[in-house]
Amino acid sequence: MVVDEGVTNILMCGVGGQGVILASNITSTAAMLAGFEVKKSEVHGMSQRGGSVVTHVRYGESVSSPLISKGRADYMLAFERLEALRYIEYLGEHAIAILNTRRMIPTTVSSGPFEYPDDIEVHLGRNIPVIVVDGPGIARKVGNVRTANTVIVGALSAKLDIPLEIWKAAVHRSVPPGTEEINMKAFEEGRKLAGSQG
Amino acid sequence: MMRELLSGNEAIAEGIFEAGVRVAVGYPGTPSTEILQNVVKHPQVYAEWCPNEKVALEVAFGASFAGRRSIAVMKHVGLNVAADPLFTFSYTGVNAGCVIITADDPGMHSSQNEQANRHYARAAKIPMFEPTNSQEAKDLLKVAFDVSERFDTPVLYRITTRVAHSSTIVDLGRREKEYEMPIGHDAESMRKFVMVPANARVKHTRIEQRLMDLQEFSNEFNKIEWKGKKVGIVTNGVARHYAREVFPDASILKLLMSWPIPDERVRELADAVDQLIIIEELDPIIEETIKVMGIDCIGKDKVPITGELSPDVLRRAFFDLDEAHEVIGLPDIPPRPPVMCPGCPHRGLFYMLKKFDLIVSGDIGCYTLAVLPPLSAMDTCLCMGASVSGAHGMEKAIKEEQARRVVSVIGDSTFVHSDITGLVNTVYNKGTSTIILLDNRTTAMTGGQHHPATGRTLEGEETNRLDFVKVAKAVGVEYVQKFDPYDLDETKDALMKALQFKGTNVMISTRPCVLAPRKIRFDHVVWSDTDNCKRCGMCLKLGCPAIERHEPGTDGEKFDVIVNDELCVGCDLCLQMCKFDALKRREG
Ligand SMILES: Cc1ncc(C[n+]2csc(CCOP(=O)(O)OP(=O)(O)O)c2C)c(N)n1
Repeated sequence: MVVDEGVTNILMCGVGGQGVILASNITSTAAMLAGFEVKKSEVHGMSQRGGSVVTHVRYGESVSSPLISKGRADYMLAFERLEALRYIEYLGEHAIAILNTRRMIPTTVSSGPFEYPDDIEVHLGRNIPVIVVDGPGIARKVGNVRTANTVIVGALSAKLDIPLEIWKAAVHRSVPPGTEEINMKAFEEGRKLAGSQG
Repeated sequence: MMRELLSGNEAIAEGIFEAGVRVAVGYPGTPSTEILQNVVKHPQVYAEWCPNEKVALEVAFGASFAGRRSIAVMKHVGLNVAADPLFTFSYTGVNAGCVIITADDPGMHSSQNEQANRHYARAAKIPMFEPTNSQEAKDLLKVAFDVSERFDTPVLYRITTRVAHSSTIVDLGRREKEYEMPIGHDAESMRKFVMVPANARVKHTRIEQRLMDLQEFSNEFNKIEWKGKKVGIVTNGVARHYAREVFPDASILKLLMSWPIPDERVRELADAVDQLIIIEELDPIIEETIKVMGIDCIGKDKVPITGELSPDVLRRAFFDLDEAHEVIGLPDIPPRPPVMCPGCPHRGLFYMLKKFDLIVSGDIGCYTLAVLPPLSAMDTCLCMGASVSGAHGMEKAIKEEQARRVVSVIGDSTFVHSDITGLVNTVYNKGTSTIILLDNRTTAMTGGQHHPATGRTLEGEETNRLDFVKVAKAVGVEYVQKFDPYDLDETKDALMKALQFKGTNVMISTRPCVLAPRKIRFDHVVWSDTDNCKRCGMCLKLGCPAIERHEPGTDGEKFDVIVNDELCVGCDLCLQMCKFDALKRREG
């Protein structure tokens, strides 16, 4: 017997303050509204202080573990370039990576001995397709840089078989009141972009 | 019926509401903090932050004595603070049900240790329940209260980070009618609730009987999920889901009630399967209990005793399947540890402490992040409240001129939690150390909760605001200074005066947290003028995440300094570091 057959595994990673948690809230809410069992796992606390943040979203007919195993993520959403490399072991054979162009220099580079690696797409794209999204650029055009995370979720939505209407409802339920419209715009821009790629 | 995707903590808040709890109290601590923050949505439940966990548990005890259901919520180390009331509460038992939530943190995502609080159930001889997902987190709470009342015992309810901060779908219900019992206030009640030796001796005998009764209940309550007969697994908490994923064909006894351990169910499973495996996070409590029963099993010889479990960890432990996913040829990945926020009022002080090369007796809060480079300005961090008392011990152990270099740093919430007594001790025993109180007017580390010195309650109502200057004076501190940590010269002056003072003295910083209760951004940001910049790196010594070093720099320079204007809040600390007018203000 195989457990969790047909489960979709989405790993989201980034930096505290980038809205990774909101992005995983939108995605897991959409999966729930689409009638799936959903498990979402995140760790708050220290990670909110500009540290590395990762969340696991899993949905399907039946899901047991809230954690994705290494080598089994179907999608990776990297909100920051370097963070994509940190969790690269999670990527499955047929995964798709959505990579935000944002580069945030950690203090271990600014005032420490480390170097910020620059061939991130090369490593990431060795075996799988990578969709690069200029989240901040698109969000600025839409009218609010803070919606970059929703742009990335929009890009993901183009790859999942959850109807657009449900995504819309999930965005509305998850974003802060008063920002529904601008977030929807950001979402649609991301969706358009990924729809034509990958 | 309402269905929602809730975190374990949100679900427990709903469970508190539905179980008809009257009084819910606690002290913040990851991963438990959101429980009380969500209880506030239900005005039917009275909720409050207490100054520490011991106080919280005693308040819950009082409410139980008064005949209403109560709950005390804390992180795992909080139960150490509350251990004194806990052990004797086990003796008195309850009037109305009382549950204590302990939120453990295997893997130490946000804690100073990863102690296994299941030991407390065994040590205090009380039952423990452990939900494994959000639905159970809500529903099991009602069972816990019923058990508390039926068996006359406080009940421990253990969650872990992975249960607290994972979200799963929950069906919500209605609030039960509140359980109400009159206050005894008679000889019988006094025998029950006044623990003098004569009463306590009688109670101890009863508690041993209670444990046997609870074990019988545990045998009825815990169920085996029968599948194959090759492998049987006994497991608790979230590990049960990992076990199911890695051993899809195993029969599993999941211990929703994890103390006392259901001996008959264990025997039944052990007799039916070829091999018995125990999968539990941290210490081998189930395993040892089962081995004492004379049953052979596999446990910590395979499953790691340290850290958090996961399906990956179990696969590695049992099937040696890990290397498959290692990606070869990756560059060195720079770590990204949590750091003090841009504009954090703690930063300037620690820069000075480092510059003065002082011995820093540290404490727990956002300021503990000062231990990381480039600030690297903390020598000890043990538990909440240990800084002031620890500094006193350092001072008494070494020569006077060395002792002058010892200072303690402590946050406002932590000071109220457990170091007022430390200060009393230092004054009483003629200590001369400098106590630096980092009053950012919130409990920042756990996300910004109110405490007795913020002037607001958990529910946001105005209340008395504890006055640190008055407290210091009242316990006998002669010299108290306030300083602005955004002003490096002022901070330096205050520090020099403090170090020269021959007696216990206190320095209090005056700037609020930039994140809570509201986000602070000043009316400008800083930008760097690369033409003026001499690449001296002074600004980088602050460890501000908004000040980025980009390599290579322009015009053949090794690097450029770029201030990230999305992150900068305009605290101007870096302006004071720059001698070359390379950092400037710009409206932002
Ligand atoms: C006994 C115990 N309870 C709770 C915690 C969780 N905790 C860590 S630091 C802290 C308080 C931090 O507030 P404060 O001292 O004001 O410093 P700040 O983070 O605001 O700088 C809390 C609640 C803990 N580590 N130990």
